Amino acid sequence: MSLDYSTQELMIIASAREIKDNERIFVGMRLPITAYGVARLTHAPNAVGLFESGIARYEPADGMLYTMCDAPNQLGAAWTCGLIQIMGMLSGGRVHAGFIGGAEIDKFGNINTSYIGGIENPKVKLPGSGGAADIAAMSQRLIAIMNHEKHRLVEKVEFITSPGFLDGGDARKRAGLPGAGPSAVITDRAILRPHGPTNELHLSTIHPGHSQAEILENTGWDLKIAPDLSETPEPSSAEMDALHQIDKDGYWR
Amino acid sequence: MQEKLMDLKEAVASLVSDGDSIVLGAALENAIPFAATHELIRQGFTGLNMIAPISDMSTDMLIGAGCCNEITGAWVGNVSAGLGHNYRRATEKGIPHRVKVNDYSNFTLGMALFGGAYGLPYIAVKSLLGSDIPKSNPLLKVTDNPFTEGEDPVVLVPALKPDVAFLSMQRADRFGNAHYWGSYGLTQESSIAAEKIIVLADEIVEPEVIASDPSRVVIPGFGVNAVCHIPAACHPSPLIGCWTRDNEFFHEYHKLTRDPEGFEAWIKEWVLDIPDHAAYRAKLGERLEQFRIRGKALSAPANYAVE
Repeated sequence: MSLDYSTQELMIIASAREIKDNERIFVGMRLPITAYGVARLTHAPNAVGLFESGIARYEPADGMLYTMCDAPNQLGAAWTCGLIQIMGMLSGGRVHAGFIGGAEIDKFGNINTSYIGGIENPKVKLPGSGGAADIAAMSQRLIAIMNHEKHRLVEKVEFITSPGFLDGGDARKRAGLPGAGPSAVITDRAILRPHGPTNELHLSTIHPGHSQAEILENTGWDLKIAPDLSETPEPSSAEMDALHQIDKDGYWR
Repeated sequence: MQEKLMDLKEAVASLVSDGDSIVLGAALENAIPFAATHELIRQGFTGLNMIAPISDMSTDMLIGAGCCNEITGAWVGNVSAGLGHNYRRATEKGIPHRVKVNDYSNFTLGMALFGGAYGLPYIAVKSLLGSDIPKSNPLLKVTDNPFTEGEDPVVLVPALKPDVAFLSMQRADRFGNAHYWGSYGLTQESSIAAEKIIVLADEIVEPEVIASDPSRVVIPGFGVNAVCHIPAACHPSPLIGCWTRDNEFFHEYHKLTRDPEGFEAWIKEWVLDIPDHAAYRAKLGERLEQFRIRGKALSAPANYAVE
């Protein structure tokens, strides 16, 4: 029997599955921090959550967080410190993965959160990198969370804030970037992963209830299909139980 | 020791000049000394370069008020509500005037201030390789690591030495020694890097209280120029142990500042027509009390005995 779950709940559980036990993860806010909580309660009880303001946590915060710096995220933390201690650990290669979002992502996983319509006279000036560019450059792998819309998944971003595979192939390595780059892009319709020598993002799994045609229609480049294309596994009852423990008020339902 | 207690108005007037580079909001989303933001706006400073990793709506207010010509940071907007309207108007349409944006990431801004703090001309990092941020910010240079054979690109981040740093602390003594706890972002580096430091303390305590736990001192008093006693100086941002976040205030600001006229009205009501922070707190009245932390989750005492 299939369980009742929302698209966002599926995205959270898909994100949780990207976290391995004993890993140090930049968990961000909202969806990824919930995913981190689910991972800790299921398959990754020893994962550690990192926040760039200078916080490391074991258990996720108990209580509503508007920002990473709110009191519930500091109470009982593994470490409260400065930005340089946490981001320095990242720069030192000691962080396994990070979650980031963005306004647009391209077929090589490059993300723009800076400028739309040029640097000099931008049409839209977005808030900027925050820590995202650092996480994209230096965490061992990167997981992007995006809404799957044609104007967000584009052929080529006009400004690379957070580097993915740049022009593809080994461009990322040649640029001198230490981290391996994006390993998954989790959208509300599918999961894309880099595939083959070009490292181009391919359609890897399709969320239940969505079709390949619809996904291609809503992607801004000619999206290629991974040879092992499958359906995103539905949440298990253990995963849903964990999610309900974290999301007591049903915010994501 | 020199007593450094000062009225915020006087501290700002005597220690800040037009055109200064100013750190405000070094701790990221908590401990943002908004009381200092208000005072900079009321005193009508111009040409400021605002430095902060994530400035939340403080920098947006200074841009809208025309105080700021330059922004040095990693993220500018409104953490609760998204984009900052004044930031967008200034960068996209030149309203009230253009501001120059020196783009960094959190880590590279941290490294710039670290260099400034410890006299290191520049720091070589691996972050921002492949990013277009070094193209939009010519202060960042991509070069080759001279210590490795073959190609090994690095980004050089030059030191940044701000003129003034405003810092919110939970408690301080009259000599400027202060305790801070909770995550502190770039508080330490920016204060050591800055020429002048102004501490906004939620509470003023006897010197023995601070001296009882020197490990909780993030910056020592001997480097501080002024200590201002301002309860809730950080409102609407939180301060661990003292205040929680007035999240709705960020949303209200976002809603009411959608157009320049809305911002004019907002800044008049909340800053320009208000003489000082005591009047601001009085205006908030009961609303502010909702965000006062009343609970206790005390740490275990640390023993510093000598024998």
